[in-house]
Amino acid sequence: MGVGIQVENVNAWYGKSQALHDINLKVEANHATALIGPSGCGKSTFIRCLNRMHETTPEARVEGKVKIGELDAYDGTSPTQLRRRIGMVFQKPNPFPTMSIYDNVAAGLKLNGYRDKKHLDEIVERSLKSSALWEEVKDSVHKKSGASLSGGQQQRLCIARALAVEPEVLLMDEPCSALDPISTGKIEELIFELKAQYTIVIVTHNMQQAARVAEYTGFFLLGRLIEYDKTEKIFTNPSDKRTEDYITGRFG
Amino acid sequence: MRSNCPAKSKIGNTSFPRHATAFTNGVWLGTGTAFALIAIFGYLVYKGIGSINLSFLTQTPKPPGELGGGMANAIAGSVLILAIASLLGVPVGIGAGIYLAEYGRNRFGDTIRFVSDVLNGVPSIVIGIVAYAIVVLRQKHFSALAGGVALAIMMVPTITRTTEEMLLLVPNALREAAFGLGVPQWRTTLSIVLRTATSGIITGVMLAFARVAGETAPLLFTAFGNQFWNWRLDQPTAALPLQIFTYAISPYDDWHRQAWAGALVLIILIVSAVAAVRIAVRRGTLGGVA
Repeated sequence: MGVGIQVENVNAWYGKSQALHDINLKVEANHATALIGPSGCGKSTFIRCLNRMHETTPEARVEGKVKIGELDAYDGTSPTQLRRRIGMVFQKPNPFPTMSIYDNVAAGLKLNGYRDKKHLDEIVERSLKSSALWEEVKDSVHKKSGASLSGGQQQRLCIARALAVEPEVLLMDEPCSALDPISTGKIEELIFELKAQYTIVIVTHNMQQAARVAEYTGFFLLGRLIEYDKTEKIFTNPSDKRTEDYITGRFG
Repeated sequence: MRSNCPAKSKIGNTSFPRHATAFTNGVWLGTGTAFALIAIFGYLVYKGIGSINLSFLTQTPKPPGELGGGMANAIAGSVLILAIASLLGVPVGIGAGIYLAEYGRNRFGDTIRFVSDVLNGVPSIVIGIVAYAIVVLRQKHFSALAGGVALAIMMVPTITRTTEEMLLLVPNALREAAFGLGVPQWRTTLSIVLRTATSGIITGVMLAFARVAGETAPLLFTAFGNQFWNWRLDQPTAALPLQIFTYAISPYDDWHRQAWAGALVLIILIVSAVAAVRIAVRRGTLGGVA
């Protein structure tokens, strides 16, 4: 089951330049939350703070409090422990090129030392089914490499890989930006189904996509969270002038 | 619009022959290189094949002036010395390369890079002297071990730098993918980054191996050479390049012929070792996950 995320006074830097200013936000469990805003506004940086991926960039640093359910992300939790509970899907599909489809999905468990072959088989099948890829690849999970799939399939493979470690939260950083409309449609349907089990935070440049998949939407501008509300409210009756300008296409 | 058209067609006209010239040049250069390689190998075969026979491959050298005998002990000695060199040099080189690529973006890393580049340019005879000083003088023996150490020192910088380059070519997206699954950094390095870069690293290792396999100078006062069989690590040991050197500068025609044969055997050994490793690695990486 998904858990909620509570973010308090998060600031983030790359070297000396501040990328996030005082972000406060509550993500509802088992809902999809979309983050929109122009390029460079900090939405990607923000979700990378949630699973402590931000700090892997040289000279990057974070301050503030992030709670994933009951777990304090920055206090008494190691990044690896945290990331096992938070799946992440990246902008460009990034399957492991040396591994078969099966091994890609099982990678998170195998590389963390899990060896029970029978249980792995079940998990791989279940994860590929949840990411709507099973029917297309079931005959070649061992034979084909993850890199031999099409872009859309690769992205669904990456989603399966993230789901295999049974996370509570799924972070998606513009998961459809490298995909064609048909693959995008499939991933959006998927997000709809996954909401039942996971809390989803999705960064997107596509406002229609935000409107289609998310119950809540946050609007970022220049490293600040300008407005955060029900998606419907953001797109029909935003309370901030800047949000309105952005969603009506007056800038950005 | 109209003024653009003639200019455009002009570019079109001139660029076609230019491409053609570049292409022909490429073909010529390619053929030239291939020709040079084939010529060297062909000449070696021509000079050496006649003297390769069973006794050459199974016997030890005869005393000066006597006909016959062979380089069996030198072939074995080379295999022994190269095995020692690889056992010492490959892990150190790959380890240093991993450190530089994954953790070495600091002053210490820069120092290692600098030292390794300098080491790459040190004449092989000097490395022989170093091995003489640190192994031979201490053991009070010329030995296979000393020869192996000298060659290992020569292998390290090449392997280090190619490993680093190859690891840096692995897209960061793959590291992030593994981090995102909660895989610790050391595991990511070993199971994802290193695996993805395997074939490039193998190329570096093979380059270093092939280079030191033919080295004579660093063995002169480390392995020293031996007219007899030796399998002990702490005894003077024959090696193909040394034997070729000794025979080539000798006054006997039979030894000259054997030197050619030795050179041919050396090349064949290197080529087959490189090919065998490549095939083994290709089989290995197509299998499952580590």
